[in-house]
Amino acid sequence: MDRESHPTSPDYLSVRSELSSTSAQPSVPESAAGVTGVTGTARVKRGMAEMLKGGVIMDVIDPEQAKIAEDAGAVAVMALERVPADIRRDGGVARMSDPDMIDGIIAAVSIPVMAKARIGHMVEAQVLQSLGVDYIDESEVLTPADESHHIDKWAFTVPFVCGATNLGEAVRRISEGAAMIRSKGEAGTGNVVEATRHMRQIRADIRRLTTMDETELYAAAKEHQAPIEVLREIAELGKLPVVLFTAGGIATPADAAMMMQLGAEGVFVGSGIFKSGDPAKRAEAIVKATTFFDDPDVIAKVSRGLGEAMVGINISTLPESERFAGRGW
Amino acid sequence: MTAPLVGVFALQGDVREHLRALEACGAAAVAVRRPAELAGLAGIVLPGGESTTMSKLAVAFDLLEPLREAVRGGLPAYGSCAGMIMLADAVLDGRPDQETVGGIDMTVRRNAFGRQVDSFEADLHFAELAGPAVHAVFIRAPWVESVGEQVRVLGTVPGPDGGEARIVAVRQGNLLATSFHPELTGDTRVHHYFVDIVRGQV
Repeated sequence: MDRESHPTSPDYLSVRSELSSTSAQPSVPESAAGVTGVTGTARVKRGMAEMLKGGVIMDVIDPEQAKIAEDAGAVAVMALERVPADIRRDGGVARMSDPDMIDGIIAAVSIPVMAKARIGHMVEAQVLQSLGVDYIDESEVLTPADESHHIDKWAFTVPFVCGATNLGEAVRRISEGAAMIRSKGEAGTGNVVEATRHMRQIRADIRRLTTMDETELYAAAKEHQAPIEVLREIAELGKLPVVLFTAGGIATPADAAMMMQLGAEGVFVGSGIFKSGDPAKRAEAIVKATTFFDDPDVIAKVSRGLGEAMVGINISTLPESERFAGRGW
Repeated sequence: MTAPLVGVFALQGDVREHLRALEACGAAAVAVRRPAELAGLAGIVLPGGESTTMSKLAVAFDLLEPLREAVRGGLPAYGSCAGMIMLADAVLDGRPDQETVGGIDMTVRRNAFGRQVDSFEADLHFAELAGPAVHAVFIRAPWVESVGEQVRVLGTVPGPDGGEARIVAVRQGNLLATSFHPELTGDTRVHHYFVDIVRGQV
């Protein structure tokens, strides 16, 4: 799945060719004379996510929250305009964060900074790349900018993470160039039930693939509405060809550890931290529980005295129109 | 020849890739998260990951001091990327409270090659390794700013400014460190070299 082998769509040519002169395609740094230094390859994009494994990535809206996250041991922070719980409460259109705010967050911490762009909004993504963010989350938590298409992620040097509720969705995102996948869950609810459903679904879909013969794989490609080449690779590997994190509704150390036991390779926490009584303490506890996800003694110890968790929402009371997980195609 | 038991520091990072590479080189590889799990190790690998997170967790779970002691006592260790930072005696651009295991007399600059958009792949000559150039993957990688007399430089690449060559692979006694991630490429020669160090053969 190299960038080079990806066909160029003609209607996109003008944008792509302009981008390619600066940053879009894997490029040899002008300065590195005599060396084949190549940036933006699938390997450095996917490899970046490999380095985050076993870690917690925290939603932050300003430099102050970013510092709290870094102090707590986060492996990265995710910059966004409002945390999902507030997006739910306030309504309106949720967009990419303000560039000044992102600059401030980048300046405040030494760990990687990710930022969210709206589904299909390639210009928000171009802006985020230009600001120097380390990863872009093309996220259903923001209001989608395109109801049919996702961003062509191969066209960027910066890597992308995307949400998925099942294997087909994960593979469609990977075929568009996503270098990391996360379960969607239902962000901003403080309720893990949807993240559990999506993690179990993705893992069960993968297990079924590994038992299939070639003929069955063709049928699976139809069932999952996903390219056979990526499915074949997954059937051989027994896992996605990119890192799989979990997200959406994680509010406690035990929630994070449960997702790890269900096969997540790391955890995104959104509203769960900064909508709780004691964010710094809860953040640190979730980091520790993610590392020792299989050790109940550690999880019990770090779960004490955390103050109030975010209140949370029962998903069954959420009308269909207010569910984020259905966004993405 | 019996397989030496080599641990991979597993509080965070690309642990699985290192376990796999070590197994491919004939070592028995085991993940290490607790002080007791250091017992019986013939060597340890510090993986790629986020060095500030590793440092914080190593302190919180009482792994840092025992590991420092083990390395001071001669335990062979190899660090890639964040692992290189963990083996450095001094770190630039780290957090003020960032603790390292140390052991290699060098100063490492964190994220020296830039942010993720600057992450790159390049071929380099790795002294001591036979065969073709090593294809190296650098991800928000550090470089070695300066080394003491005891440190042997094993590899360099041109810096992003085009001029000065930057040190990206070093060895001091039983300690080995690279800015790049051989565990991501399927080329196990660097891990083989480390396992040979563990076996006392090089």
